[in-house]
Amino acid sequence: MMDWSPLILTFKLAIITTIILFLISVPLAFWLASTSSRSKPIIETLVSMPLVLPPTVIGFYLLVAFSPSYAIGSFLERTMGFHLVFSFEGIVLGSIIYSLPFMVHPIQSGISNLPKSLSEASFVLGKSRWTTLIMVLLPNIKTSIVTGIVLAFAHTIGEFGVILMIGGNIPDETRVASIAIYDQVEALNYDTANQYSLFLFIVTFVILLTVFLINGGYIKHWR
Amino acid sequence: MSLDVECSIRPGQLITLYGESGAGKTSILRMLAGLMKPDGGKIEVSGELWYNSQINLFKKPQGRSTGYVFQDYALFPNMTVRKNLEYALSARQNRNIIDELIEISGLGDLQHRKPDTLSGGQKQRVALTRSLVKKPKLLMLDEPLSAIDHKMRIRLQDYILKVHKQYNLTIILISHDVSEIFKMSDEIYFIKHGKIIQKGSPLELFSKKHIRGKFQFIGEVVEISKEDVVFIVSILVDNQLIKVVIDKEIAEDLRPYDKVLVASKAFNPMVQKIG
Repeated sequence: MMDWSPLILTFKLAIITTIILFLISVPLAFWLASTSSRSKPIIETLVSMPLVLPPTVIGFYLLVAFSPSYAIGSFLERTMGFHLVFSFEGIVLGSIIYSLPFMVHPIQSGISNLPKSLSEASFVLGKSRWTTLIMVLLPNIKTSIVTGIVLAFAHTIGEFGVILMIGGNIPDETRVASIAIYDQVEALNYDTANQYSLFLFIVTFVILLTVFLINGGYIKHWR
Repeated sequence: MSLDVECSIRPGQLITLYGESGAGKTSILRMLAGLMKPDGGKIEVSGELWYNSQINLFKKPQGRSTGYVFQDYALFPNMTVRKNLEYALSARQNRNIIDELIEISGLGDLQHRKPDTLSGGQKQRVALTRSLVKKPKLLMLDEPLSAIDHKMRIRLQDYILKVHKQYNLTIILISHDVSEIFKMSDEIYFIKHGKIIQKGSPLELFSKKHIRGKFQFIGEVVEISKEDVVFIVSILVDNQLIKVVIDKEIAEDLRPYDKVLVASKAFNPMVQKIG
């Protein structure tokens, strides 16, 4: 009998990560798309780093940073009771950092591709930047938002390295599907590994297919 | 190129900025609207400072009482025509203005349509109407009618003149169309390389130096035809077609849609009471 808990944990992680990422990425992407600040290239680089860095590097630094034996980790634990190493909160944070570019980039390019006159017209009509973002910009980049949400979700499902480094392999806490597969293969339980793998394969296929259908205009409603 | 402009406009006037593209006309409008920050200087509108570099004051576009009609209309694609207008309402404003403006602009039949389904002329009418919702002190129109066909252009010009009078608006218009300028403006500022090189009434600027006529009208060439040995040009002046005999040299120089000045000076006009 297949143990469903790693799969449930995987989707719980992906949903929470995606929601938090969305809330962070919208203002960040808006700022990146509209600023002329000198710090923009640096922030853009940092956001994109997870695309090229091995996940183990991110995982390693998070592990060191949040370990209770170092300053940040002990501070968080003392003040807020956050224990970020080998815990669910820790892998949520790792996932947020790791999937950040997948959410920020589509939203940022969606906003940049809208005519500048839309936000300027809104400003001249007396509306604040925030109102303009919510009422004018976001409703006109629905496909970019869907792309960002789906990619961040799918990418979080596919995570391995970051979680292994910072979360380890604790049942119901950090043992997500990708870790469970690795675990089963090591124990030579190829059947169980295959069940998990096939399940992930199908789910990610469906998710990505949806994105391409929407962006290719096959699903008319969103266009 | 540096932009260096000094002028003052009386309230209720309709001013046209005229000049080559790249002369700085749009930048002037953008600075007045607060969408672009000048390097230095002062902008004051009916006693209210909008910009003063000496005391480091810069009012954001939200804080200025302006309307701005963009070249690409900038209608919000996610909202219907009516929602586009309602979006422009300020928090405490009476909503009746929306119905009043829909009435004046004749947008009633279109109010529930989305902008993508409208023609260029209709979009422009919506954009103009939307800019009036918050009753701006200063309305700026950046080549509002350049991409619109002739018949619609005339209607929109009439609409602009109508709201100009009705709401006693001060309007700054960018236009390249000489007959439009004649019809609409009180005064023209001729901008070149970022400076006002001439200003005056349309008649002073466009025709004074060339002909001293007793009678003159601006019209548009409709067609040029050759009949036996003479050339006849048909010119549209204020919806009336006039046929005039012209010389071969002039005929070769004219093309349909050219703007021309029709003037006569060698005869005594007859005045007859009608009606």
